[in-house]
Amino acid sequence: MKTAPQAIVVRTAGTNCDRETCIALERAGAKPELLHLRKLIAEPARLESASIVVFPGGFSYGDDVAAGRIQGFEVRQHLAGHLGEFVASGGFVLGVCNGFQVLVDTGLLENLPSAAGRGMALAPNVSGHFECRWVHLKNEDSRCTWLPAGRVWPAPIAHGEGRLALRDGAMLEQLASERRIVLRYVKPDGSRSDDLETCPNGSQDQIAGVCDMTGRVLGLMPHPERNVTPWHHPQWTRLTGMRSEGEGLDFYRRMVVAASQSAATRSARVPTIS
Amino acid sequence: MPNSQTTSLPVSPVRTPSVNAWRIEVFQKTGRDDPEGTRALHALRELGIVARNSNARVRVGKGFLLSPELNQAQVERIARELLVDPVLESPRMLAPRATSSFAVEGVHRVSVMRRPGVMDPTAMTIERTLARADFARLQGSERVRALTFTVYELEGELSHEQLLRAGRELFANEVIEELFVDREDLHFELPHASSERSDGTLALMRADDAELTRLSKVGGLSLSLEEMRAIAAHYRGLRREPSVCELETLAQTWSEHCKHKTFTGSIEFTSPAGTERIDNLLKQTIKAATVELAKPWCVSVFGDNAGIVEFGEGFDVCVKVETHNHPSAIDPYGGAGTGIGGVIRDILGVGLGARPIANTDAFFVGPLDLPDSKLPKGCMHPRRILRGVVSGVRDYGNRMGIPTVNGGVWVHPDYVGNPLVFAGTIGLIPHSMAFKQVEPGDRIVVLGGRTGRDGIHGATFSSIELHDESSVVSSAAVQIGDPITEKRVQDALLRARDEGLYRSVTDCGAGGLSSAVGEMGADCGAHVHLDRVPLKYPGLTPAEVWISEAQERMVLAVASEHVARVLELCAAEDVDATVIGEFTATKKLVLEHRGARVCELDMEFLHEGTPRPLRKAVFQPTALPDPGCPACADHTRMVLELLASPNIASKQWIVRQYDHEVQGRSVLKAMVGVRDDGPGDAAVLQPLETSRRGLAIGCGANPDQGVLDPWAMASASIDEALRNVVAVGGDPERTAILDNFSWGNCQRPENLGALVEASRACYVTAKAFGTPFISGKDSLNNEYRVGDETIVIPPTLFVSAVAIVPDVSRAVSMDFKEAGNALYLIGMTHAELGGSHYLMKCALRGGRVPRPDLALAPRRLAALHSALRQGLARACHDLSEGGLAVALAEMAFAGGLGATVDLARVITAELPPGSDPTATRLYSESCTRFLVEVRPENTAAFEKLLADHDCARIGTISEQLRLAVRESAHSLVIDVDLESLRRAHQGSFQG
Repeated sequence: MKTAPQAIVVRTAGTNCDRETCIALERAGAKPELLHLRKLIAEPARLESASIVVFPGGFSYGDDVAAGRIQGFEVRQHLAGHLGEFVASGGFVLGVCNGFQVLVDTGLLENLPSAAGRGMALAPNVSGHFECRWVHLKNEDSRCTWLPAGRVWPAPIAHGEGRLALRDGAMLEQLASERRIVLRYVKPDGSRSDDLETCPNGSQDQIAGVCDMTGRVLGLMPHPERNVTPWHHPQWTRLTGMRSEGEGLDFYRRMVVAASQSAATRSARVPTIS
Repeated sequence: MPNSQTTSLPVSPVRTPSVNAWRIEVFQKTGRDDPEGTRALHALRELGIVARNSNARVRVGKGFLLSPELNQAQVERIARELLVDPVLESPRMLAPRATSSFAVEGVHRVSVMRRPGVMDPTAMTIERTLARADFARLQGSERVRALTFTVYELEGELSHEQLLRAGRELFANEVIEELFVDREDLHFELPHASSERSDGTLALMRADDAELTRLSKVGGLSLSLEEMRAIAAHYRGLRREPSVCELETLAQTWSEHCKHKTFTGSIEFTSPAGTERIDNLLKQTIKAATVELAKPWCVSVFGDNAGIVEFGEGFDVCVKVETHNHPSAIDPYGGAGTGIGGVIRDILGVGLGARPIANTDAFFVGPLDLPDSKLPKGCMHPRRILRGVVSGVRDYGNRMGIPTVNGGVWVHPDYVGNPLVFAGTIGLIPHSMAFKQVEPGDRIVVLGGRTGRDGIHGATFSSIELHDESSVVSSAAVQIGDPITEKRVQDALLRARDEGLYRSVTDCGAGGLSSAVGEMGADCGAHVHLDRVPLKYPGLTPAEVWISEAQERMVLAVASEHVARVLELCAAEDVDATVIGEFTATKKLVLEHRGARVCELDMEFLHEGTPRPLRKAVFQPTALPDPGCPACADHTRMVLELLASPNIASKQWIVRQYDHEVQGRSVLKAMVGVRDDGPGDAAVLQPLETSRRGLAIGCGANPDQGVLDPWAMASASIDEALRNVVAVGGDPERTAILDNFSWGNCQRPENLGALVEASRACYVTAKAFGTPFISGKDSLNNEYRVGDETIVIPPTLFVSAVAIVPDVSRAVSMDFKEAGNALYLIGMTHAELGGSHYLMKCALRGGRVPRPDLALAPRRLAALHSALRQGLARACHDLSEGGLAVALAEMAFAGGLGATVDLARVITAELPPGSDPTATRLYSESCTRFLVEVRPENTAAFEKLLADHDCARIGTISEQLRLAVRESAHSLVIDVDLESLRRAHQGSFQG
């Protein structure tokens, strides 16, 4: 099994992180294919040959009405069932930034068939405007077991609506007890703080990324694909020693490995199904 | 199961008549944060509209109007699935013509909605989305219509006057938006369509001078008498009268904006050296430098929508910088947004279309701390302007997915009525696609946004109808950008390019279709059916369609066999594309509207018939006495004050609102250092994933110097832009520059005289440095009249520089890196404080403006570059605003490391009497100087390379968190901790 797993990168009007996402996936060992949402809706069978579906960052439909809302609506209308089957059969779905907003809106992270009943949302940053800056992330002990728990690494954020808001306290407890909190904004030493330097959007419990019950659907606000080369880091001119790549590449590499293993199990099952 | 939660929305009972549409308002649920409301309240307090200690509350809601033909179930479903977040928000709605309202006792409601005909991109998105949703169908083929608005609900003791002020100064821009203070009668009509009009002809053949002048004025043509005479003579030769369409086309094509008549005309120039005739200023200065330098890596300069230079690895780089001043003064948010949108289209329309990879922006505004009482009548406060233009660039650039990587903010009192906005875009294009050629028979395809009355200044020839349409007309002065339409256009265009589907492309900018089609067909001819152009709403005259400056449109020349594929590809990307005519071999521009020929113009007359004006220019050097360089009693305090002055203070609040990382090409960002708070000299990008070759992007401008000495200002601004790109690792041998002039009215000889001086400096300086101009733009009427007084902006030359960085892994940032390293100052310090920030702080004017030493400076840049290229520098920073003192302070707090510096080691020219040596060394803004940090093991090699370039080791980086500057072994003139420096830099206006 040495063929690169296929990753569908879904684009639509306003998607704009497709370049760095495809580059990161490719460097991480996947075979990315950029596909228009309309095309995927017309040909959902394309999901069958893919191991990963990525909803990349951007301003789908201009963030009109709310960030991710229109694309979430279109996915819910036309693709929700297919994506559900894709995940159930072992596929990975990643939503980054605007893609996370889309995933939240679709209900896929909560395994919901419609918008109603949703327990989480991504609200406007506390600053009230777009923020682009670098943060530190910590991998939590979560259902995304392919991420080494406890590791702290840098990545940039770039969003106006990234403050995770939950329906109520019970929802937070549920996310924690179900090990669905995947990433948190932390200080460089890994400790927690709710100050805005550490968690610039004011997210509840400094949560930066969450997954679904399978651990195969993951959404996060920061952009690991923008920390892939040795020169992406804002302080690379100060960092000494051997640093041959950005820390975000490891995130993608591990996901691609996990997805291809999952896909291997999946394709092993296929003959019995057909 | 979750569907069980969907309950009917509360529908208010009926009382008084209101708008004939479904009305939905969405607010944050009680208990949820409302950052927008909090910000609005904060701003109301800052403006003094509500008292700081008042207990007022503000909530901000999103409002939507939907077609009255929808039934309640449909509207509820639209609200639930599309308009409301179930976790955060709760909606409420009113039925069409409901007689009740949402008004409650004790709560004031201020609604803001766009005027009819003004673009509402969110509404367009909702309409497009609903058109694809089964459940939102209307009977027949009608599409659901939508409009949006914003509601501010204010609690507290507030008078109607206070609410009106809040609306006018904070919530709405009444040029484009309508304000409803405690009023609920929003509108839902389509813009008023005038009766079908034809434009007709105008009687020019026998008109006398007075009549010609009148016709130009009434028509808003901005044609001079001489030009009107040339046109009348041309039509006398044709024995017919011109149509309105023809005149409009001529007016657009011959406009200053498109033709640069001042820059290319004849000038009689009088200076102390005598009087001389300049035949074509642009050709003799800016372009002459490029022509004479004849760099083989210049691919296409001054001929296309942007300059193109070779990058390497099979690609070229395209650069364009535009000014968008007047629209930004009227509507800062929309003006800056459409400014950036327009320059992005220049890049999409250069060669066969380039991919935008970076944006730049620069703003020149009035004092941010100006007391309201000093604000001239009719002006917006500079703070509001700056916030507005920053938000405009942010929302357009971020949505386009183009990182904004470099720029600046300059403050001067004379920008108060006429702020300047410069927006630039850098593109990447395969080398083989740098040129284009229209062939007769190619179809003319317009794609992107629909055409409305946007940007038609004045009401052309229908002054009688002006009153009826005044709301449409006034809103038409401002164009509203829709970045997502432009992003779709980009996606479609670049895919069509890669499939080789068209032969030529250009953007619709100033002059709209008239300029775009007129330019593309200049060498062959074009035939256009104006009735085929897709419109936003009916009722436009043919001339209006032709010259509308509606945004987000591009024009392609498509061979007939590729038309079907182009239309198919555009449809897949959700882009409107329409064949509106074809290019011909007739050398004529022919326009038809519903079978009637409304224009038939000779291409030659259109493009070559402009009479060249003769203008007078006078230059007289300033008579201000030289104030010298006074001593300063407390240099520590002075450094802190300089760091907080608006031109120098941190722009982090701006930078962080721009997505400067998108596309993943970033190598050096605008802010650098251990806490990302050091002001970097230039951005560095890695354009291609597969190559370490990089691109540095920097800029320079010095308006305060321009007032004193336009020659020196221009030369120093070029020097500054070059310093910035070289400091980060750019190769001065592979640097191209761009000129953007913003000047006062050049009909005035003294303004034109300053322009001549500055242009000549550009020639001499570019030649000396070997850096060709590859593109430029001028805006020559920047003044503000209030009563009898005219405020003229300072002569402003904004220079951009783009340089190749041979290896991005050798790029250098400005923050101190390691204690113990040596600190060098490169370059000679002169008593050059004219226009300096130090003299400003001393409230003194006059003095010698810095000029680069053009014999030494180019070699100094080359020597420094080779040192950087060899990896000998750990940090490098140029000396500019605030001189040595500010550069040292910035490097120190950015690196989180101190330094000890000995001023006695600074290489200083002989100082004239009246120049305090300490203050001169600390604050002179002499050109071509750098601070460089070098590791001990590299000092010998570094000193050897820079031996002939006034290189002096002036200090050492230290672990102590202090900047300590000594005059000699004993006296400490500056002694300050890094935290104080950082706080001063961050302490002034931060948005």
